[in-house]
Amino acid sequence: MKTTRLLPAILATLAGVAVMLAGCGKRDTGIDALGDTPVLNRALSTEPESLDPQKSRSVQAADVLRDIGEGLVSYDAGGAMVPATAESWEISADGLTYTFRIRADARWSNGDPVTAADFVFGMQRLVDPATAAFYAAELGNVVNAADIVAGKREPAELGVTAPDDGTLVISLVRPTPYLLSLLTHPSTFPVHRGSVAQHGDAFARAGNLVSNGAYVLADWEPGAIIELRRNENYWNDAETSMDVVRHHVVTQEMAEFNRYRAGELHVTSTVPPENFDQIRAEYPDELHVAPTLGVYYYGFNMTRAPFADNPELRQALSMAIDREVLVEAITGRGEAPAYSWVPPGVDNYDPVQLPYAELSQQERNAIAQSLYRKAGYSKDNPLRFELRYNTSDTQQRIALAVQAMWRNVLGAQAQTVNVEFQVLLDQMREREITQVFRSSWFGDYNDANTFLAIMQGDSAANMPGYSNPEYDELMRSAGEQLDLDRRRLYLEEAERVLLADHVVIPLYFYVSKHLVKPEVEGWQDNILNYHYSQHLSLGAAEEDARP
Amino acid sequence: MLRYTLRRLLGAIPTLFLVIVLAFLLVHAAPGGPFDDERALPPEIEANIAAAYHLDEPLPAQFLRYLGGVLKGDFGPSYSYRDYSVSELIGRSFPVSVQLGVLAMLLATVVGVSVGIIAALRKNSALDKIVMGLAMTGISIPVFVIAPVLVLLFAVKLQWLPASWTGSEGATRFLLPVISLALPQIAYVARLARASLIEVLSSDFIRTARAQGLGTAAIVRYHALKPAMLPVLSYMGPAVAAVLTGSVVVEEIFGIPGLGQLFVRGSLNRDYTLVLGVVIFYAALIVLLNLVVDLLYGAIDPRIRRR
Repeated sequence: MKTTRLLPAILATLAGVAVMLAGCGKRDTGIDALGDTPVLNRALSTEPESLDPQKSRSVQAADVLRDIGEGLVSYDAGGAMVPATAESWEISADGLTYTFRIRADARWSNGDPVTAADFVFGMQRLVDPATAAFYAAELGNVVNAADIVAGKREPAELGVTAPDDGTLVISLVRPTPYLLSLLTHPSTFPVHRGSVAQHGDAFARAGNLVSNGAYVLADWEPGAIIELRRNENYWNDAETSMDVVRHHVVTQEMAEFNRYRAGELHVTSTVPPENFDQIRAEYPDELHVAPTLGVYYYGFNMTRAPFADNPELRQALSMAIDREVLVEAITGRGEAPAYSWVPPGVDNYDPVQLPYAELSQQERNAIAQSLYRKAGYSKDNPLRFELRYNTSDTQQRIALAVQAMWRNVLGAQAQTVNVEFQVLLDQMREREITQVFRSSWFGDYNDANTFLAIMQGDSAANMPGYSNPEYDELMRSAGEQLDLDRRRLYLEEAERVLLADHVVIPLYFYVSKHLVKPEVEGWQDNILNYHYSQHLSLGAAEEDARP
Repeated sequence: MLRYTLRRLLGAIPTLFLVIVLAFLLVHAAPGGPFDDERALPPEIEANIAAAYHLDEPLPAQFLRYLGGVLKGDFGPSYSYRDYSVSELIGRSFPVSVQLGVLAMLLATVVGVSVGIIAALRKNSALDKIVMGLAMTGISIPVFVIAPVLVLLFAVKLQWLPASWTGSEGATRFLLPVISLALPQIAYVARLARASLIEVLSSDFIRTARAQGLGTAAIVRYHALKPAMLPVLSYMGPAVAAVLTGSVVVEEIFGIPGLGQLFVRGSLNRDYTLVLGVVIFYAALIVLLNLVVDLLYGAIDPRIRRR
């Protein structure tokens, strides 16, 4: 009767397996045994796809890379540009040559000096087709960059040179007033040549990655956590406060809020929309809401009926939307209603307002109704079309509100269709079945160009399929201007043309939303929503994040 | 026995091949690609990326390349984790999922069977009704409700337990996820055990045992329990598979780096190789678990072995 004991035997085996695995679960993590070392716990809303500066793509990857790497220039806690690995630079009179002086005391985390050649290597790597970098177009204005990306020239021919260890020269084909802004982006960070030679594609892993920022990558457990330790060789290490920073991957907003309340996070990446009012009431001093460089918009498919060649109809739909109601009643998290394409707060720029921005909503509705009739539609013959958005609670509530506004003001019959995000992207690009669609754009750098350039006829991110030679010509002219004021005039004129064509309906400008524990010091809201860990510290109210 | 096992294992090969073909076709049929984004890429950059991942080749060529890799145990590079290979990601996350699943099954079996026995012995009593009522509730409440409620109670309000996987390094980080995963299974196992034991207790050979003067405890222990556990055992195979594959929600809520989370991320990002890798791995796992259960079944029930 030995099988009598089979069930207990199975259970015992399972228990054994569990214990065995519990032992190996602790494998290579450097997370254990920190003792009383204070840790700064931050959240990432999605996991970085890579910590290779040139191969990464997401905002979250850039957030971590700004902690572990450093470019020629950087930002301070308030978002003002400051010298970083470059201590100074000169710009030639024609605006085509930038000469940077690299700090003599700049060091890699292994102690090697950071040289101009490391920057040359990183930037050549960025444009090399073999790297397959998402941001390869970042240096598009650098001599030969476009040809190298297209495979017509060798990476070594890039217009970035190092006459000596301490000097880096970047040569441009046209003036690029936002070049410094681009050089804060991780895709232009230097790369340690020795470790790429030694580890190849695996050089960006914990244990292999040699970095030049305030922190080094200590451990990365995919799906859970990225742990950083102080880089003692960093040239500005004296200013770094926290020895250990942990970026926790938290994809669910509600789970993130719970972790914050449980004391496991000092800083959240966002706040759950459904709890916003509660949070504002309960944590007024810990909630940080600030404008960002992001616009939420509805776009028209400019290549197909009924919206192609029908600017008045597009204008009618744009005017009939009450943006104040959207931001107050629907999104309700401090977003600003959008009447321009470029968000306010961009350097060297004054966004152009939609012509009807000054009118009251009632006046707008009246004009919208007459435009709608002029386009040949009426109560008996309503405009019927589809409004496509990606599946999400917020998107849906906005779509339903806008649908109701269009119906009430114009009598237009919009059918809302929600599809998965990747499906929507596909449909927007194909421009076959889309009519009106939801999308958004976030600035890559602090300049109006990052918003206006995507609406040029040949831009891949031009989702509406807008093509206006006048607009393209204005953008081309703006790109040739040396004088910042003259350039601004061209850019503003371009935005005026774009808005008058009603290619897009800007609905609101995004805000960043963070919960920050009171003991976190050095936090400053800024339009870039960059919060370098090196600027943060934990104050007197000693952290209560449980080990 | 050995021949039977070998035959079953060989029989699994066509099944797995079919899974690979279907999964490959399905992921590639889904609209959108792994590198689509609102910040759409210039065509030449897109071409470079497609070339780097062989996405520019015709689908049959991609399939053959993939199949060749799988035969060598290489599931290819992940698109959404560019620094890792799929095999490596599965290798890292599977032990976590197993730990979680095994602990949850352990808890579910021990508690479920005990509760089921108690309820069966006190059939139709108040205790039975209360316990089975709770079990019914346990089955009905979805995990995505149970887990956040547990977190609110034990992590946010009482602050006894961590709210997430990375909130602690100790064993306490297992508690809430394991309980969340186990609760519905406890309920199911308890109902199965109860029903099955009641049925066995009313059969003829038990009546004979009773007539011979055996006490209830001895009858249950030596005669009734083993046959009554057969349905529970046969449920264990699918249940282990369900717990392993169905831990997606729990992994998301607690931020656990397991297979389920990997699968969700892979699907949302159209990470073809990651999704395929996890699907093939799951399929192989389920085939294996079913085989193990069948073998155990034979061990526990001689009638099956003889066939």
